[in-house]
Amino acid sequence: MIQTKQKFFGLGVAVGLGVAAVGLPQAAKAAWEPKKPVEFVVMAGKGGGADKAVRLMQSIIAKNKMAPVPFTPVNKPGGTGAEALVYLKGKKGDDHTIMFTLNSFYTTPLRQPGLKVNIEEFTPVMRMAEDTFCLWVNSDRKDINNVDDFVKAAKAKGNGWIMAGTGKASEDNLLTDFLNSAYGLKMKYVPYKGGGKVAKELAGNNADSTVNNPSEQLGFFEAGKTKPLACFTKDRIGLFKDAPTFKELGKDFVYFMQRTVVGAPGMSDDAKAYYKDLFTKVFNSDEWQTYRKKKALQGDALTGDDLMNYWKNERDVHKKMLTKMGAIKG
Amino acid sequence: MADILLQLWGGFLVAFEPLNLMLVLIGCTIGLFIGAMPGLGSVNGVAILLPLTFLVPPTGAIIFLAAIYYGAMYGGAISSIMLGIPGASTAVATTFDGRPLAKEGMADKALTAAAVASFVGGTISVVLFTFFAPPLAHVALFFGAPEEFSLMMLAFATFIGLGGDDIPKTIFSICIGLVLSAVGLDIISGEPRLIFGDIPGFLHGINFLVLAIGIYGIGEMLWTVEENYKAGGASMLSKAVVSVQRTLANLKELLGTWKTAVMGSFLGYFVGILPAAGATPGSLMAYGVARQIARDPQKFGKGSVDGVVAPESANNAASTGSMLPMLTLGIPGSPTTAILLGGMVIWGLEPGPRLFTDHSDFVWGLIASLYAANLFAVIINVAFIPAFIWVLKLPFTLLAPIIFVLCLVGGYAPTQDMHDVWLMLLFGVVGYLMRKLDYPLAPAVLAIVLGPLAEPALRQSLLINNGSFDIFFTRPYSAPIMITALVLLALPLLKPLMRLINGKKAKA
Repeated sequence: MIQTKQKFFGLGVAVGLGVAAVGLPQAAKAAWEPKKPVEFVVMAGKGGGADKAVRLMQSIIAKNKMAPVPFTPVNKPGGTGAEALVYLKGKKGDDHTIMFTLNSFYTTPLRQPGLKVNIEEFTPVMRMAEDTFCLWVNSDRKDINNVDDFVKAAKAKGNGWIMAGTGKASEDNLLTDFLNSAYGLKMKYVPYKGGGKVAKELAGNNADSTVNNPSEQLGFFEAGKTKPLACFTKDRIGLFKDAPTFKELGKDFVYFMQRTVVGAPGMSDDAKAYYKDLFTKVFNSDEWQTYRKKKALQGDALTGDDLMNYWKNERDVHKKMLTKMGAIKG
Repeated sequence: MADILLQLWGGFLVAFEPLNLMLVLIGCTIGLFIGAMPGLGSVNGVAILLPLTFLVPPTGAIIFLAAIYYGAMYGGAISSIMLGIPGASTAVATTFDGRPLAKEGMADKALTAAAVASFVGGTISVVLFTFFAPPLAHVALFFGAPEEFSLMMLAFATFIGLGGDDIPKTIFSICIGLVLSAVGLDIISGEPRLIFGDIPGFLHGINFLVLAIGIYGIGEMLWTVEENYKAGGASMLSKAVVSVQRTLANLKELLGTWKTAVMGSFLGYFVGILPAAGATPGSLMAYGVARQIARDPQKFGKGSVDGVVAPESANNAASTGSMLPMLTLGIPGSPTTAILLGGMVIWGLEPGPRLFTDHSDFVWGLIASLYAANLFAVIINVAFIPAFIWVLKLPFTLLAPIIFVLCLVGGYAPTQDMHDVWLMLLFGVVGYLMRKLDYPLAPAVLAIVLGPLAEPALRQSLLINNGSFDIFFTRPYSAPIMITALVLLALPLLKPLMRLINGKKAKA
């Protein structure tokens, strides 16, 4: 018994060596792989939506052994992404630094030209999803069941109507401005730190309405504490079948938040191909697909020139919106 | 009630599965050392070890991470006491009295007090958690910006007189802290401010640990170097010894501080529950209150055991408390629970009001594991005290470079930015000079902790209420807190007045 085992072992080694020998010349030419841990920069603080997504991707890569090195998240939350953008810009030609971005990827360079960040210099890797937005009110408001009710109530309260959001000139602020001008409202925008906090302010009746991502309100929604009135999407969101889109209501306004992986400027072509391949695997993994479904995320995978064109287009859209709101000069 | 006990029993069955029990033990030990390393707090520990937890089932994974969080709360006190460097932001208040105790050769007493107080705080808070989680979650939900600001005012008020008798110097120190806390992003306007032109390192603000490690760690080291030079190179960090008799005597003395421990536990727990506050303000407030109610307040800051017991019981209680909004509302009460929350999402456990019904075995397993974590952590901690004392007996010339390196690592670890290391060294020199000139340092540290919490809350409240301050006095939760704070603030002014009146009466 012992002898056969040894024999088999010997055979195994021989076969293994043979395979290795055959494999070697190919391996030498084989695709580029990271040689040291990859820094995965997060444009936001620990515990936020972006941070959670990065830690999920890190775990998917580690659990399924998709990469030979670990991916380590590094949080650079300063200045609404300004710190992260400047940091990544400084990593020019680095094949071991990637970043996870949001819409501040467009808005921050537009609002702070002093940073001298040109997003066209960055390397597009892959758009992993687009997060959606809905208009929410507390379930205690029995008098508000649709957007018309909402407009009536908000008009009656004038600038005493509190819309809680995540920061000045942030996604939430842009949407609030849109609602104000589309429906002739004067809602007061009050910035809080992070979408989770905003969601809580609504559930605790400390704000009258919010424009949270579905994932941020999901817990309160399921507990019957808050309700969505309408969503800023192309089609209705499966989780909230009863909430129409603003498009259905005659306001042609669709707004998303990108959740995209971007590489340092001037990344080598080999590395570019590697990350594209890697994040395609992550995108198709069961874990990521489950996460997308649960968080009501939309938007397909997008890479290469398509992603760059998407960025350019989104930047123009945001430039118009920010100019309209007076946050930048046109 | 019987219902809760039954569920808790079910939880114990989960927590005492051999694998889970082992995870608690390993987690506590890792946490203890992570907490003891300056700068490497539970946030970093939990974040680094998160991917490792995929080897075990979800309940075991979260139990493991919670045990690290717990162990770190115990461990944070160790370097605060031994080296005067706060091991984590939650242990800053522990340096105020822990370090002076160690200097007087009573490091063993301080370490024992910290461990036992942590145990008391942890246990009381887990019991509170077991019986009152859902109703308290309700309170946390209604706690808005005005309540938060009132609470911060109360925290400031408890610290009146902390800086000693020199009021102008105390005010100066508070102002320095507040200005430093304002650096970075202005959340209301969305614009960067006080970033010295365009230095990118200032965009994320001045990390509280950078200041604390700078003025306490580096500053303290420079101070000791000077003393060592004067003493001809013979000084040691602490002359403490350990023996069974001493330990028993220490424990006996600790019995006298039970009131402080209970106060710290309740205070810490309730502050911890409130979203965004976390364990650091909780432990600072407990220290302030302990000093206010103490019979010998002048002993605080010079080596009072109560001054160690109060913050240590409070920070452990707060860490349990901050799990409450995480589990019931999906809002993290502290940076570490934010990462725990991320972990739960990865495992498909959606935190929120329905978690207690949908995943009750997980919730109760976690609660039961906290009881076990407390017990393990205190045993491990006490067992290591002789080893810590032995380290302190090394000559200072050998320890100084080690402390210096620990400080540098501690300054670098939270943000991984060299900018913060340079800043920390600068604060070290400034801290040393401030001590030389007899400026109190604690008020500056307090201000940089509470400033970033108080400022947005104040501005949000005023924005909601069109700039009028009456919002703090018209809301049911805010009003009593704010009034208490104002009374406490007025107390130092009232005291001499009362004395004057009483004096006149006595004469008449």
